[in-house]
Amino acid sequence: MKLKVLSEAAREKIEAQFPKYPDKRSVCLAALRIAQEELGHVSEPAMIDIAELLELTPVQVYEVATFYTLYNLKPIGKFLIQVCKTLSCALVGAESVISHLENTLGIAIGETTKDGLFTLKVVECLAACGSGPMMQINDRYYEQLTPEKIETILGDLKREGQSKLATGPFMLPVLQG
Amino acid sequence: MAKYEPILLKNMLQPGYRGLLEEYRAVGGYTAFEKVLKEISPAEVIEIVKKSGLRGRGGAGFPTGLKWSFIPKDYPGPRYLCCNADESEPGTFKDRQLIERDPHQMLEGIGIACHAIGSHQAYIYIRGEFDLGAEIIQRALNEAYAAKYFGKNIFGTGFDLEVVLHRGAGAYICGEETALLESIEGKRGKPRTKPPFPAIHGLYQEPTVVNNVETLANLPYIINRGADWYAAIGTPKSTGTRVFCVGGHVKRPGNYEVPMGISLREMIYDIAGGIRGDKQLKAVIPGGASAPFLKPEHLDTPMDFEAIKEVGSMLGSGGVTVMDESVCIVWAATNLMEFFHHESCGKCTPCREGSAWILQILRRIEGGLGRPEDIDQLIMLCGRIEGKTVCAFGEAEVGPILSTIKHFREEYEQHIREKHCPFRPNAKLVMAH
Repeated sequence: MKLKVLSEAAREKIEAQFPKYPDKRSVCLAALRIAQEELGHVSEPAMIDIAELLELTPVQVYEVATFYTLYNLKPIGKFLIQVCKTLSCALVGAESVISHLENTLGIAIGETTKDGLFTLKVVECLAACGSGPMMQINDRYYEQLTPEKIETILGDLKREGQSKLATGPFMLPVLQG
Repeated sequence: MAKYEPILLKNMLQPGYRGLLEEYRAVGGYTAFEKVLKEISPAEVIEIVKKSGLRGRGGAGFPTGLKWSFIPKDYPGPRYLCCNADESEPGTFKDRQLIERDPHQMLEGIGIACHAIGSHQAYIYIRGEFDLGAEIIQRALNEAYAAKYFGKNIFGTGFDLEVVLHRGAGAYICGEETALLESIEGKRGKPRTKPPFPAIHGLYQEPTVVNNVETLANLPYIINRGADWYAAIGTPKSTGTRVFCVGGHVKRPGNYEVPMGISLREMIYDIAGGIRGDKQLKAVIPGGASAPFLKPEHLDTPMDFEAIKEVGSMLGSGGVTVMDESVCIVWAATNLMEFFHHESCGKCTPCREGSAWILQILRRIEGGLGRPEDIDQLIMLCGRIEGKTVCAFGEAEVGPILSTIKHFREEYEQHIREKHCPFRPNAKLVMAH
């Protein structure tokens, strides 16, 4: 069986998930994640590949890909910024974080910067309600945001691809000493 | 300020503790798991947990031992334990800390629970956004497997247990236990009609128990220190400690573990330092976004399942969201309705369509275009959602609306009468989705 868009490495990663479950269909979420890590987003040809590997119909994969918010169905920037707007963050300034990002990046919610670096999304609660306002960029959280912190984070990401301001193992209130 | 002895946060409050296996073992880690496998029968473990009074920490507060006892005793096929680490209830951030700072106490709890229900396969369902949490759990699992706490013939007792980390992909509803099962099965996370309950037909249609992270993390301590010790903490019906997450307009937001039954006042003003800028308290949500709003007059309510229910709200997930006098209640209700509308899975018509309709009316009122009949319209719509959906999401989404109308009706009326928001005259609503 020849895959349309997924690499052999992706196939191996997906097949390595099979022993964890009595049913291959259970691998669907992980397979979509693996496809997205490889391709940047989940295209329809990728869904067809996954359906082949999992012995499903394409629509069984499509319905999953379109239900969960973390699958990008279209290409996005190198860094996906997701700002939480739910109540606890909204109470402590989520709206100003969103405006600040829109102004700094020169894009509106849902758009990607021209250089392809940043995509801005506004999302619902990310379980960081005591340390808002906050955002997730790719696989890390950034919390207790201020305009200065946001500038530093964006600068770090542009230069080094990561930022030391990302939250490590979470603890609030922070332990003294 | 009263000092309370933490149980679940105790290790991580020691400076330098990172939650590695060797550290957890140095404070008695995995001795409870060994003890139950070698000395205590599954039926006895269930009795101990029943006697401890432990109730589910995910939101519903269902007695844990009782939940386990619904698993058929002589069922010949496989049975499953699922750890619910899909922490998504707005206002709640305790499981994240329990996972990232001391993952082994949850893993040991999984072992104890599996022994109790006779399960040899457990899944940890963690929300997709918790990348760091997933890395930390996987690291802890690798350590535990290497030490032979999981796998084949654990402690030489012949007991086998496989534990698999399953990552979600962004959907609040997957915290609902049957939606969680659907999601592990690789499907859309849509809640199932109950009955049958998961204890009879759960994951892959086999008997299944779903327990929250914090619930499971309590088990090693209940085994080692005894049901009577645990039952003596808190109140007679709401035993033990609870990790409350305090956020919003408080001076010291954070996770605080206290015995159940301390007052909301002590939690907000003593433990969390009071209101920022010393403003007046206007409203508080005591148990995550699904819990109805309370007012300052409720401050002396004990934070236990029964007392909070008695004043018309629920203890839920333990997420305490505090709002000061500057907050527009209609705006807050609208914000939460945006959340619920976005997260409605779409299975049940009343919830899917009703959430959109309620949100439209709330936005209209907040934006100064409300009509006098809108408030009754909202109450009518809530009545047509509540109790008419497959899962508890329906009750959850109407809570913030009905409670804000009940406690702050005048504020809704003022918006409609004055044709603008009195608190945010120029503010635009965040239209997120």
